[in-house]
Amino acid sequence: MVSWKTSLLAAAAATAFGATGVRADVEIEYWQYFFEARVKAMDELIARFEAANPGITVKHTHFPYADYRTKVAAAIPAGEGPDVVQLFYGWLNDYVNADLIQPLPADRFAPDRIEADFYPMVQAMKIDGAYWALPTAVRSLALFYNKRLLEAAGIAAPAATLDELVEHAGRISVVDGAGNVSTVGLTTGMTAQDHHWLREVLIRQFGGAPYTEDYRTVTYDSDAGRAAVSWYVALEQEHGVTRAGFMDEPQAAFRAGRAGYHIDGSFRIGALQGERGLDWGVTELPAGPDGSRGNYASYWVNSITSKAEGERLEAAAKFMEYITSDEAMQLWLEVVGELPAKPAAAATSAEHPVYGPFIRGLAYGHATVFADESAQRQVFVDMVNRILLEGASVTDSLAAAAAAEQAVLDRYFGSAN
Amino acid sequence: MTRYSALTVRQKQVVWAWGFLAVPVVFYVVIRFYPTAQAFVLAFMEWNLLGTRRWAGLDNFARLWADPVFWQVFRNTFVYLLLGTPASLVLAFAVAFHLDRVRFMHGAIRALYFLPFMTSAVAMAWVWRWFYQPVPIGLFNNALATLGIPQIRFLNSTTNALPAILAPAIWAGLGFQIIIFMAGLRAIPRSYYEAARIDGLSGWATLTRITIPLLKPTIVFLVVFSSIGFLRIFDQVFNMTTNDPGGPLNASKPMVLMIYQTAFSSFDMGYAAAQTVVLFLVLLAVSLAQLWLMRDRP
Repeated sequence: MVSWKTSLLAAAAATAFGATGVRADVEIEYWQYFFEARVKAMDELIARFEAANPGITVKHTHFPYADYRTKVAAAIPAGEGPDVVQLFYGWLNDYVNADLIQPLPADRFAPDRIEADFYPMVQAMKIDGAYWALPTAVRSLALFYNKRLLEAAGIAAPAATLDELVEHAGRISVVDGAGNVSTVGLTTGMTAQDHHWLREVLIRQFGGAPYTEDYRTVTYDSDAGRAAVSWYVALEQEHGVTRAGFMDEPQAAFRAGRAGYHIDGSFRIGALQGERGLDWGVTELPAGPDGSRGNYASYWVNSITSKAEGERLEAAAKFMEYITSDEAMQLWLEVVGELPAKPAAAATSAEHPVYGPFIRGLAYGHATVFADESAQRQVFVDMVNRILLEGASVTDSLAAAAAAEQAVLDRYFGSAN
Repeated sequence: MTRYSALTVRQKQVVWAWGFLAVPVVFYVVIRFYPTAQAFVLAFMEWNLLGTRRWAGLDNFARLWADPVFWQVFRNTFVYLLLGTPASLVLAFAVAFHLDRVRFMHGAIRALYFLPFMTSAVAMAWVWRWFYQPVPIGLFNNALATLGIPQIRFLNSTTNALPAILAPAIWAGLGFQIIIFMAGLRAIPRSYYEAARIDGLSGWATLTRITIPLLKPTIVFLVVFSSIGFLRIFDQVFNMTTNDPGGPLNASKPMVLMIYQTAFSSFDMGYAAAQTVVLFLVLLAVSLAQLWLMRDRP
């Protein structure tokens, strides 16, 4: 029998020789938050990148979303953090102001080429003529529907307009004699995706604009804003086709087959595909009263931190180039289900039955420039709660929401500049 | 420098005592006191975690004073305290008092009461969150609906959310308080009760004249301990209202949750530190007041 000391020695020797045998010239570190499919996709991309670029190794680190921002912020100034880091697009200004990231080298990332290849919303990543970050994938919203429930209600084609949506939802929802809902026509919940739908889609469809162009001034306390909010709360208060908080979360109700329609992002596709017994389809968000379409798009970007210098910077730039390539986008779509950030990148057309509605939505999507996404979401959550739970009027509640959100924006932009 | 062997026995004892004490002292200084001191400094600064820190003077406190959400949260925190502490103490005492007399399956019953205390607060909060859902999934509302009684909005209500969240928090802490009360009851000499019985004292008089006065140290401990617990309530609230933390409309938000959100979703570290300082002062004042009120009068 081999003694434990011998095995230990052998293991130590193996590690030492192994380390010298495949010693890499440069090691760079990549950080992202933990989401199983994203981690899997990135591991695959790293393996392919390392195969194509001997001499560069990429160390992949991920942690729970809840700690992500705190850890990144603490690590980079201490020189401990990543060379390439994943950020939410809305955080870019904070990172640029704090000198945590650097502009992408212009030789590999020419602004005019980026603008020709990527979706226009990516231009939000350009500051002072240089791009600071680029996405691999983008996401947008669409209207999911339960085919069985639609069929049972005698609906041939999914709703294409808001009026059709209300009418269909009325036919689908099931209420018992005591007024208890067992199936909703449409899921609602400001805490899920509805605040994006209301902010960037409904308010515009009712003829308004949520903010000024620079997203620093709230402009939805208007006739259009009141019309949009009135339409939204009428779904529950007047038409009775939905219940806020039904089955705890909108996506849970839809997955359980207890909702006819459900608005959600492209990131939900993966979860729904694994749901047994659920026969679902997806279509574009319904057109507004004036026939216009709208969408909310968002994305995560990758950026090179200020820690990367010299050789590491060169390696980091190469890696960035690879993870924003067509090949990477195709893989990301297959593994994560998120849409390519370049219209021409993936072998998926706007006609695809599942991805198509999302891709078409990107063409007219708006990416809100958030100062503090959770605080701004809370403003919308509270606005609807005041109406539904406390009986406040739409006019008063919307005015209060506009004032509260303007205060959030003022504090942020006032101090950041 | 004096050699160790040249020290007297007394001096050697001192060296060893401090040697052992050094571990917790260093731990407390580095892990507790240093960050606490930092928080006090941070309360007078503006910092978004990424950029540079800027002195802000008393701005954070002025903003706190003018923030209606803070006052609502302040009120909620005291509602948790003023409902939670008496309710949990009375319940725990009633259970302990009767359990003390039960011989049948005494150990098993005591274990059942203690079980919730050992359960993770997060798991418990999610189970209760499910209990409170409306039909068709909520346990309570399904039962009500079966009996033909209208549903109750538990969590999605500005008036019911706080008590609904408080209930499992009380239940979770009950086991611990029962054990402490029972230990206190066992510590009362039997001879007092025998004397009371010989003198023909009624059950109520025995309770109010002997049991409760002699339980005072236990009661003081539990009041302070559970008050601090309810003033710092977080796990239950956060997990039962993750989608709208402390909602709806801040109706169930305690101070610790507001601090958490200010710091880790708005990244307004200075403002969060100012709130922490206020919470510290509240905890200090409440604890001192309780100790003073329940002190032993000569």
